[in-house]
Amino acid sequence: MATAGVTALLPAAVDIFPDWRTPLRHATNAAIDTLIVRFGDQFEAFANSLLTILIAIERVLRGAPPWAILLATAVLAFAVSRRWRFALGATAGMWMVGALGQWDQSMQTLALVLVSVLVSILIGLPLGVWCARSDWVRRVVAPVLDLMQTIPSFVYLIPAAMLFGLGKVPAILATVVYAAPPLIRLTELGIRQVSREAIEAGRAFGATRWQLLTSVQIPLSLPSIMQGINQTTMMALAMVVIASMIGARGVGETVLLGLQRNDAGEGLVGGLVIVVLAIVLDRILQAGGRRLQTDPDA
Amino acid sequence: MALIELRGLSTVFGPRPQAALERVRAGMGKAELLADTGHVLALLDIDLDIEAGEIFVIMGLSGSGKSTLVRHINRLIDPTEGTVRVEGQDVTALPIPGLIALRRRRLAMVFQRFGLHAHRRVIDNVAYALEIQGIDRARRHAEARRWIERVGLSGVENQLPSQLSGGMQQRVGLARALCAGTDIILMDEAFSALDPLIRSQLQAELLELQATLGKTVVFITHDLDEALRIGNRIAVLRDGALVHVGTPEDILLRPADAYVAEFVRDVNRARALKVHNALAPWPAELPVPEAAAAVDADAAIETVLPRLVGRRAPLAVRRGDEVVGRICTDTLRALLEPER
Repeated sequence: MATAGVTALLPAAVDIFPDWRTPLRHATNAAIDTLIVRFGDQFEAFANSLLTILIAIERVLRGAPPWAILLATAVLAFAVSRRWRFALGATAGMWMVGALGQWDQSMQTLALVLVSVLVSILIGLPLGVWCARSDWVRRVVAPVLDLMQTIPSFVYLIPAAMLFGLGKVPAILATVVYAAPPLIRLTELGIRQVSREAIEAGRAFGATRWQLLTSVQIPLSLPSIMQGINQTTMMALAMVVIASMIGARGVGETVLLGLQRNDAGEGLVGGLVIVVLAIVLDRILQAGGRRLQTDPDA
Repeated sequence: MALIELRGLSTVFGPRPQAALERVRAGMGKAELLADTGHVLALLDIDLDIEAGEIFVIMGLSGSGKSTLVRHINRLIDPTEGTVRVEGQDVTALPIPGLIALRRRRLAMVFQRFGLHAHRRVIDNVAYALEIQGIDRARRHAEARRWIERVGLSGVENQLPSQLSGGMQQRVGLARALCAGTDIILMDEAFSALDPLIRSQLQAELLELQATLGKTVVFITHDLDEALRIGNRIAVLRDGALVHVGTPEDILLRPADAYVAEFVRDVNRARALKVHNALAPWPAELPVPEAAAAVDADAAIETVLPRLVGRRAPLAVRRGDEVVGRICTDTLRALLEPER
């Protein structure tokens, strides 16, 4: 009775928060419903084109005999590093993935990562360049990037799954949202760091804006851009477990299975394979980046 | 009509340059403008004519606006007011495609920190201007090789700029400008980052190249000795305004104001001034000597000083094969020791 009396005396204390939650929820849900009704076909067409690319890559990676993939790894690793031991190490890593019984899952994961990185580059590179050129764009994009990296993936996985269905496509989109920001940031940083005189030299000799970008700014910021691609790849790999939760197949599934069955050993196998894939990809990308910078013909 | 004409050129850096310029015209000083409004007055009412075929030096201390000034000629910087004309064509009014065409055809540039592209081999740096004009690889490389050889860099065509010394890098910068095939070369403190010996070598090579190529060179420097050595004419900038334009002799013998006089005080006058500056008629009572025993009227005074030491008889001066007078030692002393 006493409590009721106090509450009645202080009605204002209860009411200082307006209710934003309900309208935000309803507005968001209504917007997504509208999107699905009005643009469902377009979303599906987009999803299908992404899927086509992914499936093509998957078919190559999973269809090829493992020895061919191992050989390709060795050749690629040697081509970027020109060191036998490096090539041997990368190949041994991939062989270990097979020995852990995760070959097929790894190929699925690799395909997903490759497509995600490709989409990230397609979006991230131009956006990074644009941010470097315009302070205004940068002011808009920077907080969006912060949001993309901090907002829990499940928040956008829900609408993504509604728009594109469960499976690979929302997994790719979620991965891109999470993995593209470092590429955008590092592209912008790289382009802003190109020396003033290198740019002036381009302009002074009559380069157009496009020529300046392609002949001076992008080549000179390549170390930074390559670092961004490397970061993006690593972050894409880190997303595979979450991607498996919305139905994308791959190594993430193994980890998820371990989690669901309370099978720590299975979880460790999945985790190890992800780490090995990350190390192999990272080293190959870094060596490739160094080669691009030192080889003037590249 | 001069090849390059600057008229009423004023430039202020800041968010509202036009308004800031009006305050300067109303009598506000450069320092006051910066303190009150945050605007930087770079150039004020510059009128300048640069003739075809000369090496025109723009000299001033750091912050005097000289690097800004040269960047107006190829419009890397837009002026707040005024015009720049290259052979009558108003550069400041050109639309972008016209500006790009003008830069390609007529205006090459050499930079203080070289401005080379670190990812391109030497030959591709030199061929850059031709590359962006869409000239095919074989032709532009052939042309680039010619200029690489001309600046004494044969053999390093396939190296990256970072593998070269500073002096060699600037030779690449020079070759790149020459390879563009323009009639005007803008050189922004081109030799300032080099050590004195290399700088002196490159100055000599520039003069040698200029003697055969006859380009119009606009050369920015803060080094008076350099200005006096290579300039046909020299302009002195102070706080964004021109305080003197004239020949090297002008600047030493007839400085426009106390600032210029102070500026030139410590220079090696014996190197900058010529024998003919101290010319006096040959004494009528003496027989005229052979031209072979005389000194050239256009030689630097420095070069004839040893022959004057302890000499009693007059030293004859010739122009070509004709003796035109003698060196007057009193004039010479006055030239070398002004107001001391």
